Amino acid sequence: MTAPRTLYDKIWDDHVVHQADDGTCLLYIDRHLVHEVTSPQAFEGLRMTGRRVRAPDKTIAVPDHNVPTTLDRANAATMTEDSRIQVAALDKNARDFGINYYPVSDIRQGIVHIVGPEQGWTLPGMTVVCGDSHTATHGAFGALAHGIGTSEVEHVLATQTLIQRKGRNMKVEITGSLRPGVTAKDITLSVIGETGTAGGTGHVIEYCGQAIRELSMEGRMTVCNMAIEGGARAGLIAPDEKTYAYCIGRPHAPKGATWEAALAYWKTLFTDEGAHFDKVVTIRGEDIAPVVTWGTSPEDVLPITGMVPAPETFTGGKVEAAQRSLDYMGLTAGQKLTDIAIDTVFIGSCTNGRIEDLRAAAAILKGHKIKVKRAMVVPGSGLVRAQAEEEGLAQIFLDAGFEWRLAGCSMCLAMNPDQLAPGERCAATSNRNFEGRQGRGGRTHLMSPAMAAAAAITGHLTDVRELMV
Amino acid sequence: MTPFTTLTGIAAPMPLVNIDTDMIIPKQFLKTIARTGLGKNLFDEMRYTQDGAEIPEFVLNQPAWRRAEIIVAGDNFGCGSSREHAPWALLDFGIRCVISTSFADIFYNNCFKNGILPVVLPPEAVAHLMDDAKKGENARISVDLANQTVTAADGVVFAFEVDAFKKHCLLHGLDDIGLTLEKAASIDAYEARAATTRPWA
Ligand code: SF4
Repeated sequence: MTAPRTLYDKIWDDHVVHQADDGTCLLYIDRHLVHEVTSPQAFEGLRMTGRRVRAPDKTIAVPDHNVPTTLDRANAATMTEDSRIQVAALDKNARDFGINYYPVSDIRQGIVHIVGPEQGWTLPGMTVVCGDSHTATHGAFGALAHGIGTSEVEHVLATQTLIQRKGRNMKVEITGSLRPGVTAKDITLSVIGETGTAGGTGHVIEYCGQAIRELSMEGRMTVCNMAIEGGARAGLIAPDEKTYAYCIGRPHAPKGATWEAALAYWKTLFTDEGAHFDKVVTIRGEDIAPVVTWGTSPEDVLPITGMVPAPETFTGGKVEAAQRSLDYMGLTAGQKLTDIAIDTVFIGSCTNGRIEDLRAAAAILKGHKIKVKRAMVVPGSGLVRAQAEEEGLAQIFLDAGFEWRLAGCSMCLAMNPDQLAPGERCAATSNRNFEGRQGRGGRTHLMSPAMAAAAAITGHLTDVRELMV
Repeated sequence: MTPFTTLTGIAAPMPLVNIDTDMIIPKQFLKTIARTGLGKNLFDEMRYTQDGAEIPEFVLNQPAWRRAEIIVAGDNFGCGSSREHAPWALLDFGIRCVISTSFADIFYNNCFKNGILPVVLPPEAVAHLMDDAKKGENARISVDLANQTVTAADGVVFAFEVDAFKKHCLLHGLDDIGLTLEKAASIDAYEARAATTRPWA
């Protein structure tokens, strides 16, 4: 009998092409997702060496980071010259190398991590890579999904493999059920608050427990999306009936007998009883509150009922970083989080730009008007946008005073014109609150879509549970 | 890729923890389709004011560290986005080695692909080297990849661990893709196998 294996062990074992004596492995890659920012130098490298893309049918490209999300984006003049060059380079590279492509004009265009699952490219048990750290998102399907750098993008394009050493196994268990008003985003932020941004370094996290099982696929993607913010190489959730139900019928999912064969294989993808984890973190689902970040690192998390912490209370060399955070964020120790006034609300990104996120925000907004200076919703894909319009969500956002944008990364990283001004304070559903992330001098508080909607209608950080009675 | 063998140089002290890749190279500089030219924007938002004037307090703007080739940094250096523009910017500025107690995984890997050596040392060693770094020109640090050592200005030697394969490639400036293509037969065999066991993939 073989030793009990974790889900990560199983997927890893099934993808080893070659193992060197020192343990370095060549890992086969089933899906390679590509976007415009981290790929031009890789394609250039292929051209310079006369190499081709080894598996164009397994390579999928979509522009998302740079593209404007305003309704007039078909007009090229809305893009800066350098953005236009980058998107044009992707157009050309996709054409020249014959890879699957969703151009800006295609309704299926959107954020690469939303498009992959939506089109059925991402399936359980696969290895998925992308030149983007939030590739971890795809782990929600029980796929081993790594973010990679541009040199590795070139390596995967040329060889369909990645040179890797196996990471360690970490288990994050969320027991019990979440309380009302608490969402997948609160789980993932709370885990980072607990482990720190380096807590998962060198590990692949498997999220499990009743609260994870109870999440929809959208929620599971939100949880895995931020595994990287905890330092982990990837996040994983074992596939189950919800996973299969999400996948079936998607354009690139298997059909007929192949579907049955796939299903039989997927059902073997779970951690065996007694398998070893190098690190275990357990959190009670009932203990998780709606949370927000107060600082400039995703580990700076507190329940919305809390107060801005005093830097002196930090240990491990973090006093200076905490002081720097407070200065940057323009906050004072002891201030109640709910007293922090918000200028701007951003709902979107690969963390929270899916249909369920828009539903959660709209449920809070319905019948209210925003009290912030500006608020925008940027759906994660053209298809999410169309569905939200069909469900009447778009109208709720518009009636509340939100801008209803086209799909892209937008203000998650502010590479396009959607940016914060210096000192502007934003309630954001994205994943990073680093200094300058949403625009130079911009101040970001991360939270769930429902919490962001609550802040929009009160004008300050708000405990969404108070609006839910 | 330029090989990395030994280096003796000035180190810039950056004791801040969690220096992320957005700090190393802010996203407005990711719109390039080239690998070079990013050095002038390394640490841009810490280094320049909004109108582009140098911020005199920032370490790399001070005369003692303008020609630093090493950075000694706080924990978890390079966390955040996977952008390889971060090592490209460091390299373009002239940084060939970063020393810290820990690095984020993707950044750590990206360094090796670009001729930069990331060195992980225990907190006491990093503190010792941080003191050297604060002395600028007066306390040069030496790094020797073949022997896996860092030597402080006072002669104290710290040994570090590095993956044998990564070390080999960096010492010889080897291109990973070329090495992997030598295993094309294994990849073909894997694909043939997977076509029957996992045809949907
Ligand atoms: S939405 Fe944000 S985090 Fe996600 S891929 Fe785009 S820029 Fe990266």
